[in-house]
Parts: sequence; C-alpha cells; structure tokens
Amino acid sequence: MTTDTPTSTEVDSGNTTPGSPRRRRSGSVTGTGRLASALVSPTLLVLAVVVMYPIIAALYQSLFVSGQRLDAQGFVVEGRQFVGLGTYADILFGPAAERFWNAFWNTTFFTAVTVTLEAVLGMAMALVMHQAFRGRGLVRASVLVPWAIPTAVSALLWRWIFAPDGVANAILDQQVLWSSQAIASKIAVITAEVWKTAPFVGLLVLAGLQVISREVHEAATVDGAGAWRRFWHITLPLVKPALVVAVLFRMLDALRMFDLPFILIGQQKDSVETLSMLAFSEATNVHYGPAAAYATLLFAYVALIAFVFVKLLGADVIGEARSQVPKNRGARFRRGKGSAR
Amino acid sequence: MTTATGDERRTTRRRFEAKKWLPILGVAGIVLYCLAPFYWMVVTAFRRPADQYDLSPLPRTWSVENFRAVFEPGTGFGRALLNSLIVASTTTILTLVIGTSTAYALARLAFRGKNLVLSLIIATSMFPGISLIVPLLRLFTDIGWINTYQAMILPSLSFALPLAVWNLTMFFRQMPQELEQAAMVDGCTPGQAFRRIIVPLAAPGMFTTAILTFILAWNEFIIALSMVNEQNMQTVTVAISKFTGATQYDQPFGTQMAAGVIVTIPLVIGVLIFQRRIIAGLTSGGLK
Amino acid sequence: MKSLRWRSISVMMVSAFVVAGCGGGGGDSSASSEISGRGPITFATGKDVTGAVTQAVETWNGSHPDQRVRLIELPADGDQQRQQMVQNAQTESGAFTVLDLDNVWNAEFAANRWVVELPKDEFDFSPFLKSAMKTARYRGRLFSVPAYSDGGLLYYRKDLLNKVDAQPPTTREEMREICAEVLELPAAEGMSCYAGQHAKYEGLTVNFAEAVHGAGGQIVNDQGQPTVDSPEALRGLETMVEGFRSGTIPRAAIAYKEQPNKRAFIGGELVFSRNWPFMWSQANADDGSSKVAGKFAVAPLPGITGKGVSSLGGHNLAISSFAENKATALDFIKFYTSKKQQRQRLVKGSLAPTRSALYDDPELQRKYPYLDTLKKSIKSAEPRPRVVNYGDVTLAIQDEVYAAISGDKKPDKALNALQRRLEKLIEQK
Repeated sequence: MTTDTPTSTEVDSGNTTPGSPRRRRSGSVTGTGRLASALVSPTLLVLAVVVMYPIIAALYQSLFVSGQRLDAQGFVVEGRQFVGLGTYADILFGPAAERFWNAFWNTTFFTAVTVTLEAVLGMAMALVMHQAFRGRGLVRASVLVPWAIPTAVSALLWRWIFAPDGVANAILDQQVLWSSQAIASKIAVITAEVWKTAPFVGLLVLAGLQVISREVHEAATVDGAGAWRRFWHITLPLVKPALVVAVLFRMLDALRMFDLPFILIGQQKDSVETLSMLAFSEATNVHYGPAAAYATLLFAYVALIAFVFVKLLGADVIGEARSQVPKNRGARFRRGKGSAR
Repeated sequence: MTTATGDERRTTRRRFEAKKWLPILGVAGIVLYCLAPFYWMVVTAFRRPADQYDLSPLPRTWSVENFRAVFEPGTGFGRALLNSLIVASTTTILTLVIGTSTAYALARLAFRGKNLVLSLIIATSMFPGISLIVPLLRLFTDIGWINTYQAMILPSLSFALPLAVWNLTMFFRQMPQELEQAAMVDGCTPGQAFRRIIVPLAAPGMFTTAILTFILAWNEFIIALSMVNEQNMQTVTVAISKFTGATQYDQPFGTQMAAGVIVTIPLVIGVLIFQRRIIAGLTSGGLK
Repeated sequence: MKSLRWRSISVMMVSAFVVAGCGGGGGDSSASSEISGRGPITFATGKDVTGAVTQAVETWNGSHPDQRVRLIELPADGDQQRQQMVQNAQTESGAFTVLDLDNVWNAEFAANRWVVELPKDEFDFSPFLKSAMKTARYRGRLFSVPAYSDGGLLYYRKDLLNKVDAQPPTTREEMREICAEVLELPAAEGMSCYAGQHAKYEGLTVNFAEAVHGAGGQIVNDQGQPTVDSPEALRGLETMVEGFRSGTIPRAAIAYKEQPNKRAFIGGELVFSRNWPFMWSQANADDGSSKVAGKFAVAPLPGITGKGVSSLGGHNLAISSFAENKATALDFIKFYTSKKQQRQRLVKGSLAPTRSALYDDPELQRKYPYLDTLKKSIKSAEPRPRVVNYGDVTLAIQDEVYAAISGDKKPDKALNALQRRLEKLIEQK
C-alpha cells in the first residue's frame, strides 16, 4: 500500500514478464494470469483471515464503547453505543490524551534511539566481520545468538541482569533502580533491544558489503583515497540499499515494541509504556473500543513512517531495482525517486 | 607501490600490523558483546538455587538443580517442547509452501496489480500483533479451535507469511530470467517450469526463509498464551511464564534461566550448523 | 476464473466484517445464570506452587469419578490470570468453570455477569471471617466464596528491639522512635528502619490503602463515593512521603515488591518490614540463606493516628456464567471451602484459611506461630475499593501515589488529582 508508485508498476510489470519480447499467443497471458491468481490467493486468503479480519474488526470496534453504565441492580448494561470518532477525539485531545501522547513519544523515542544505535553498531560489526579472516565462523555464529533467544526469555535475562542486586549494578558499582527510575528504565529497555537486534542488522549489512567487488576498493586505494573517504564515498553508498531496508524493517518492528518493556520493566509504567502496551492494557481492562482505536492509530503511524521512508529515502522494499538489473549486482543501488541527493 | 621509500614502507608495515590486530580486537569485541549476557544466563542456570544471587563469574558449586526443576512432572516442560516443535515446524512448512508459490508469482509472472499485492502483503505485517488476539480468539472460540494446534499455527502465519513472501520474492527476482524461458522453449508450462527448474534452484533461499520462520514461530509467546489453556497443549515460552519460585512472590530466575538455556540451545546449535547457509541466503536474496 | 477467486476473497472479507460486527455485543449469549447440570468441570487457578491445590482436586476426583475436576494452571502473575479469565469471559468460552478470583475482582466479574449469583442459603457463612465475606458480595448479592485469606504483618527484629528494651510499635511514630534508638546500636550499622511495597504495581495500592485506613480515612466510603481528598487520606500519604524524605524508608524501597523487600529483611538490612505471611518460613530458614532466622517476630501493622489496618488479601471461588455443569461447580466450591479442606491446605501449603476457627487451632498455631497475629491482622483488615472497574481505579491510585512518593507531586496535589480521577471513574459506573 505504501511502497507502490504508479510509474514503477508499469515499468516493473513490463520488465519482468517472462519472455515478453517474444510472447507467442495471447493464451499464455491468460494462462499466466490464472496461474498467478492461483499462486497468490492462498497467501491473501490466509492473511485475510488472520490479519485483515482483525484489522476490520478493530476499526469497527473503535467506533463503539461498551460497559460504561450500570443498571439499577448494578449490572453492566450490555450492548454498546456508537460513538463514531469520539474515542479518537478522547485519545488525541481529551482525557486520554496525556497517556496516549506519553506512549506515543516513548514509542517514537525508543524507535529513533534503538534503530540509530543498531544501524551504527551493525555497520561497525559488518565492517569488522568483512575484514576478519580468523574466527569468521565463530563471530558469525555468535552474532546470531542474541537474535535466536526468544524475546520473552531475553527480557527475563535482562530483568535479571538489571535487578536491584543484579550484575549490572555490581559492574557499575552503583545502586541504580532500573525498574523504577525513568531514565534508567529507558536505558535498560534500549540496551536489551539493541543487544538483540544490532548483530542481526550487522549481518544484513555484511550481506550488502559482500557484493561490493574488491576491485572497486583496490582501485580507490590506488587512487590514494584514505580509509575514511573510501568508507564514506564507496562503501556507504553501496551498502545503502541494504542498510535502508534493514533500518526500515527494524523501525516497523520497534514501533510495535511490546514484550521487552512489558516483561523487563512491567506494565503501566509511564517511562516505558509504548503504544502496543497501551492497547494491550486497555484491552485487559475491557475497554475494547479504546484498545482498538490505539491499535488503529499505531497501525496508521507505522504505515505513515513506512510511506515516508520509502518516498524520502527510496527504500527499495519491493525490490524493483534489483529485478530490473539482476545481473549487474554491483549496480544494485538505485536512487529512489524522491532521493535526498 | 613498488617505488615506496623506506619511510613509506615503515608506515605501511605499521599499518599492516594494525590491520592484522584491529580485526581480531573487533572480532573479540563483537563476540564478547553478543555472548556475555548469554553467558550470564548459562552461569545463573548452573548455580544452586540458594546461590542464585551470587555474582561470581563461575558458580561456586555447580548444580543442575535448576534444570531438574524445569523438568519436574508438574511443569509439563517436555510436552511443551514437543508442542513448540510441532507448532513451529508446521508453521514453517505451511509458510514455505504457501509463501513460495506466491513469491514466485510476484517475482516472475506478469499480472495486473502485482506491486499492489506485494505492498499489501508487506503492509499486513505493520499491524500491531497483540491487537490481532481478541478478534481471533472470538473467532476460534466460535468454531471450537481453542486448545488446538491450528489455533496457534494460523495466527503465527500472520507474521511469518509476509516475511517469507517478501524474502522469497527478492530471492526469485535475482535468478536469471532465461531459466524459465529455456524451460518453456522446451515445452514446459509455467507451472512445470516452476516445479522442475525454479524450486530446486531456489532451495538455498527457501532454506534461509525456513530457518528464519522457524525461529520466529518458536519464539512466539502471546498467541500461544491466549489460544491455549490446557497444560498439555502449551508451548515452551508459555511454560516458562508459568514457572514459580517457592512462593507466588518469588521470581524463579534460576529456573527461568535454565529453561531459557534449554529453549535456546537447539536454536544456537542449528544456527551454528547452518550459519553458512543462513548468511548465503541473506546475501543472495532478501534481507531480514 | 481469476475474477471469481478475487470475488470469493472479497466475499470472505465482507463476511469477516459482518462477524466482527455481531461478535461484540454479547447480547444473546450462551450464558446462563441457572445453577444446574452435573459432569466434568475445570478449575482455573494460579500456579499451584505447593501442591496443596492439586491434592484437594485429587481428593475430590477420588470420590466423584463422574464429575471430575481438571485443574487449569494460569500464569503465576496475577494480572495475567485476570487477563486470561477476562478473555475467556469475553469470548463466552466454557473452558473455565470454577474461577479462582483475587477478591478485588469480585465486583467486576459480578457486574459484568461473567460469574453467576450463588445461592446464599446453601452456605453457612457464620464461621467465615467477616472481613473476607465483604469481598464475596456485590450489591448485597453473593457471587463468590472466600477460599483463601491474607493479611499484612509487621515483621520486626526481636533481637534488636530487645537490646533497646522496646515493644513492637502500634503506630508509625513509635516505630520511628524505636528505630532512632536501634540504629544507634553497633549491631545495626548500615541498616534502615522500614520498608513495605512501594513499586508501581498492585502492592502500592495495598500499602497506600493501609496508610489511609491507618490514619482513619477511606479511599471509597460506604456509599461508594471516593474520599481521598480528606485530611485523613492526606495524613496517610504524607506519612509515606515523609518516610522516604527522612530516610526512614530506604531510597531503594521505591522499587520494592514483596520479594526484594523479603531479600532486604532476611539479609539483615531492615529493622521493620511490612510483608505477607509467606516470608515467615523463608526468614526462618536455617540453610544459611537467611541472616535473621530466629531473630525476628511478627506484630499487627502499626497505625498512623489510630490502630493499624491491613489491606485484605485473598482469593474467592466463583462460577463462570459460560460454563456447563454449574451444579457440580457449586458442590466443588462447598467442598473446597470446607473446614477440612482449608485445614489441609494450611498444613500442606501454608495457605491462610477464611474460617476463623482454624486460626485458634493449637496444633496449627504450633506449626505456624504467626497464626494468632495473622488472625488479628485479617480480622481488622479492610478490603481495597470494591468497584466494578477496579483495574482503572488501582491504576489511578498507583499513578498519583507513585508521583507523590517519588517527589514529582506534592501529596495534596496528588490526592486532589486522584479524587477527580476516581470521581470520574466511579461516576461512569
């Protein structure tokens, strides 16, 4: 929905038709179309049930409130009232606004900080791994370990590390109350999140690095380009497509962050409450209308970020560039239409 | 290079030395960064419960008491491991079967609205996962799916499938177009071309996708917690959440860490064995 | 062909929409308030840590082969237990028959008709603790039966108090005076005076309610109106805030839940600790894990202006509206809350009973020397606010009280804000 541009659709479909230059009969087009819909529909069917249905249910639910009144005997009046966009108004400007915007800024802050750190650390790790010849297997395997540990378990692990008499305080020789001080709890969440995902970003960037031919680097070295200049002018532009896509996908994940702060710090803590946690907390307190509205707003926010990212940075999410120049791998980098340069 | 003066040569040598040692330092740094917290988890798991709060780098007395507690009959942990295996493998297989065919169509076939479909599939992965639970729970209750494997597997497809489709689409696009053309010249239909030519060649990409999907499905928690309330149907991540200490107020870090080690070790071994393949798949195709 | 497929997908999505539209109201549910039907049932409860619950269920199953009870263990965390039960009710699932409710959830579950009204006259509640019975009713009607009780105790270092020749305090002021003397002792070097549970979670509501009640105030009065803007409530909150400011309560205690509090006390860092009975046996452990084994005793909680009032803990059993075989469920509740069963759970699992006679049993008192003090604590205990939207109410309390004790808000400002929030929350209902 966000990654599609009209021009690219035409270019793309023209380009990837197998044998389109020598299309023989119109029958093969119908055949292809039929095959395509047969192949695509199972996925769409599954996603319709497990994602589209809940999305629509949530949208619809967010227009109602229920359980607000008691009858004479003290029972909750059943059924629900249509309030239109009233719930959204409450969330954005009304009584729920304070909690919503707090969660909104937490979410944004976590996303910005963790993704930046992950990109920088991941880049550094990728450069090291690219250079390393000794211990290559070891480093690659260990890089995958943080990512392979279930989030629910790694959140417990970090909770244990950040316990009042845990090892983090012993190393720092301080009595930091990680679970209750605002800044400290944010740092705890960020540390745990970055630990888990930075190595993986590193692997993705490494994948991008490895397609840069050695000759390009050597040529630059001969031309007298210093290491920094080589990094800035050759390496970075060439890994940019891989990095941008990795960062985008990390952002989409980070914006929906839930288990980690939930288990590591706890629920209903202002300093770490994210939008996902807010939606969850409302749902457990049987405010399904507001819960659905939070989920919808978060969905819109994620989609907006993805859209902006694709438009501004030309994140090649649907792989148009690569499908157009499949053989010339060194030239995979394509400037997006709205590229900043 | 051959006309380097002595001065330059010395600089080059020094640089060479630095070049030799920096990566090793870097490697050591990365390994430490990635493994130190995991190390702490293992060490905690091997302490005696009474020493749980010790901060010594190695257990004073090694003990498997925590591991024994994990497998106590009441916890149903063995059964939970089996359930996780069933749910994660079935999710992986379904994702691969459905995802591969869709990705092939999106990458290699011409039809209208192709990019729209791909974008739509990617967009579905943007909806906050926890908000899927209540509507699906209601649906599954109505059709009597509570406490079944499919009630955990089907929702898991919501995050596995978009990822797999995207990953595989990128992978298929990288393969030379001439393959099917050659096959079709030889009289294959597009379907045959797909089965006989493309699938075998796409094996590395599918393998990577399979591992990624398996790990994601294995690590899933909130769906499994909500869809199942019988102990003999619960998965490991849920089982871990139900560990308790001596009383309801005690957090059993030791047992939880031991269980965490047990849950993670198969994945780490798998990753160790297949790391070359995982990286090859990442390099040649999609990302993440 | 192609368009047909697309159409079938869109039809599916539309029908999904329709399902979404109709699923929410729950107007004509399968719920039935009639207590009838016998057969197998389930019992949804928190993790059975001691095996005492399993033992009870096995005893029942031995004598009721056709009406077996299956134990469903929910996560150890109370919030997660409640969430699973609410989800279960929202989906009108019959998976849980008998629910083990924290007694503060009684009003919410009753008002939403998630649990059925129970026949009062089939029970004899005279042997039950009066305070516990308050939590079983909603607007005068019975919806649950108290199965466990719990009350806060003041743990104190008998050895240190003896050195300064002091009796356990009955007010916070006395406690401070004793501390001033005790902390002068060389043996008390580096120790702090007192800690309860002050992290931002349910325990903070418990401790705040105790402070307010101990100062003669109420959070919600008998007419159901919030009264936290009273001078008594302010006195209670100021005592908590002053504790942190003066250092009577150590700074680290702002992150304390039951377990870190216990670690501080058994590590010899505290003279006084407010905690539940579970700490008794762990603090008396002689395997070297406790530095205070044999050196402490318990007393009822101290008050602030009047006598100390504990918040009432405990769990009640109720029957889900959506389950079958409710008659079996009712029989099981009678069995489970019987004197014999409660005694057995106390012996095997140290689970505090809701029948007052058991507290006076000499044999049990020998086994649990704190029993007599606990009875005093529970008898004078007050339930936390019995409101329908307790989840919202406790969150509001935690928000404002935490802001006050962490120094972000002046106590009177925090209580004024809390009063407004509670009025809004309770008026809605």
